[in-house]
Amino acid sequence: MTESERPGGATEKTYWLDDRRNVDRLIYTLLLVGVLLFGADFYYHKHVYFPIENRFGFYAWYGFICCVSLVLIAKQLRKVLRRQEDYYGD
Amino acid sequence: MIEGFNPALILVFGSLLALLLQPGLPRQCFMLALPVLGFTQLWGLPYGSHAEIELFGLSLTTLRVDRLSFVFAVIFHIAALLTVIYAWSLRDPLQQVVSLLYPGAALGVVLAGDLVTLFVFWELAAVSSVFLIWARRTRQAYWAGLRYLMIQIGSGVLLLGGVILYSRATGAIAFDHLGFNSPGTLLIFLAFGVKAAFPLLHTWLQDSYPEATVTGTVALSAFTTKMAIYALARGYAGSDILIVIGTVMAMFPIFYAVIENDLRRVLAYSMINQLGFMVVGVGIGTELALNGAVAHAFADILFKSLLFMSMGAVLLRTGTVNGSDLGGLYKSMPFTTAFCIVGAASISAFPLFSAFVTKSLIMEAAAREGYQVAWLFLLFASAGVFHHAGIKIPYFAFFAHDRGLRCAEAPLNMLVAMGIAAALCIGIGLFPEPLYAMLPYPIDFEPYTTTHVITQLQLLVWSALAFTILMRTGIYPPELRSVNLDFDWTYRKLMPRVLREYEAAGAQAGAVFNRFVEERVTAFIATLYRHHGPEGRLARTWPTGSMVLWVAIILGSSLIFYYF
Repeated sequence: MTESERPGGATEKTYWLDDRRNVDRLIYTLLLVGVLLFGADFYYHKHVYFPIENRFGFYAWYGFICCVSLVLIAKQLRKVLRRQEDYYGD
Repeated sequence: MIEGFNPALILVFGSLLALLLQPGLPRQCFMLALPVLGFTQLWGLPYGSHAEIELFGLSLTTLRVDRLSFVFAVIFHIAALLTVIYAWSLRDPLQQVVSLLYPGAALGVVLAGDLVTLFVFWELAAVSSVFLIWARRTRQAYWAGLRYLMIQIGSGVLLLGGVILYSRATGAIAFDHLGFNSPGTLLIFLAFGVKAAFPLLHTWLQDSYPEATVTGTVALSAFTTKMAIYALARGYAGSDILIVIGTVMAMFPIFYAVIENDLRRVLAYSMINQLGFMVVGVGIGTELALNGAVAHAFADILFKSLLFMSMGAVLLRTGTVNGSDLGGLYKSMPFTTAFCIVGAASISAFPLFSAFVTKSLIMEAAAREGYQVAWLFLLFASAGVFHHAGIKIPYFAFFAHDRGLRCAEAPLNMLVAMGIAAALCIGIGLFPEPLYAMLPYPIDFEPYTTTHVITQLQLLVWSALAFTILMRTGIYPPELRSVNLDFDWTYRKLMPRVLREYEAAGAQAGAVFNRFVEERVTAFIATLYRHHGPEGRLARTWPTGSMVLWVAIILGSSLIFYYF
């Protein structure tokens, strides 16, 4: 961590995450881990109960699709459900 | 250890005694000692029924220790202890008393051997806990507390009605498996359902918990809903309807959690989601599933307290827990951030953290029994919980955009409480055996298999990737100041509106009626006036002479009649 000048003249520590390149590095690492885990399905025998679990990388793509649809549906829901903060007036 | 003495009473009466002590260190130390004392008492009690008393012709079993009640009693003591430590610097006697009285009542519920004792403690828990909301002393908290109290008392009334019907039908008041064989047990089921936050009965939870005090929410999150899970596991294990109810509970709150701005309310929604898993476990009803429900309740109390504690610390230091106002707090509150991440990893069931070894029992049970649809939904909900509680909470509070908030780290006592909870979350994740050994049934399950670890990591990492992509592409909905309508809209907006309209319609009908009456009365008075008024025929003054004449005529006629 280094010291940097803030507009107010006060100095404050610059954190590792303040550098956008480091955030990008984190994201690429996450992506790499994701790809490795997806590929891991080649290398072990899955003990499963349902046939769908045997699809290649099932847990990975199921998790991904669920999260994307979760957010997309929630966004639509917000249009219907959102009100001003003082809506209930108490 | 006092033979046959109920540990719940140690907390209930102890909390009242604490008031007599000098505020400050003596009272704090006494309060810290109470859960420890209670725990020692519990530990020394042999399994079986104790403290059986005769009251109004009823034979009550006020204390029953068996494998099911024991686990809950253990975790309730731990949660009570954590609450006391977390609230160490609190100087509000009301909150201090209630933060032990309420856990005491909850303990009484799980240790009750009969339905009457259960009812007494059930109501005590309801009435005492509302003060944790009112103690916030804001207008919102006052109204939220009132709504909370009405619903909680409603649950108590349902329970009482159910117990009366059940005992009249069967002549029994013992609290064992109830099933759905009489109207009484249906009412009892609904009473439990209110406190377990069944869909549509859940609104009190997300309405009131975020309005409670910093320390109050931590206490509230641990007890009420978990004693309901206990009660369901005791009375309704293996009821198929619970699988459906639990699946809905696990699913719908995650959508709300994504768009909710108040991070403590996000946690309240995620709590309903976690309760859903437990309810499914109870519904499946096999030994593995019940073990899973109980173990997950145990783990949930710890990680949910931890998350509420970290958000409480943020609220204390910054004055807000709105995602729209927070960000970058990791710089000011590094320890709180770390503890929050432990809680987030635990609720998300990361390997090495608690829910990985507890929630998987429920998932495994659902898979073994072939409930594929429920299983797929629960897997969806697992990805969802990581999304909103695992990522959203720490991300928006401590990272995201640095809003320039600079504050002090949480007070030492809060850090200690969070530290203990975090250590327990990791401890359970690393060494599940002691918890497994405590569960109601013998267990044959190995959480750390290659399949389980890899599949769970795949689910979580790809959920995280989805979050990252949505965030980077700007698709992720921003945190906005807002309220989102939930079912409580029906009694906070719809019913008052209907009542107002009814009142207006009533007023209109009243006006018509009044006008009618007024017209009739006016007409009547006018008639009277016409006949009896100054000009009226009947009110005219007649001369005395005419009266004498008429008297003379009457007398004369009577004389004539007399002679004939």
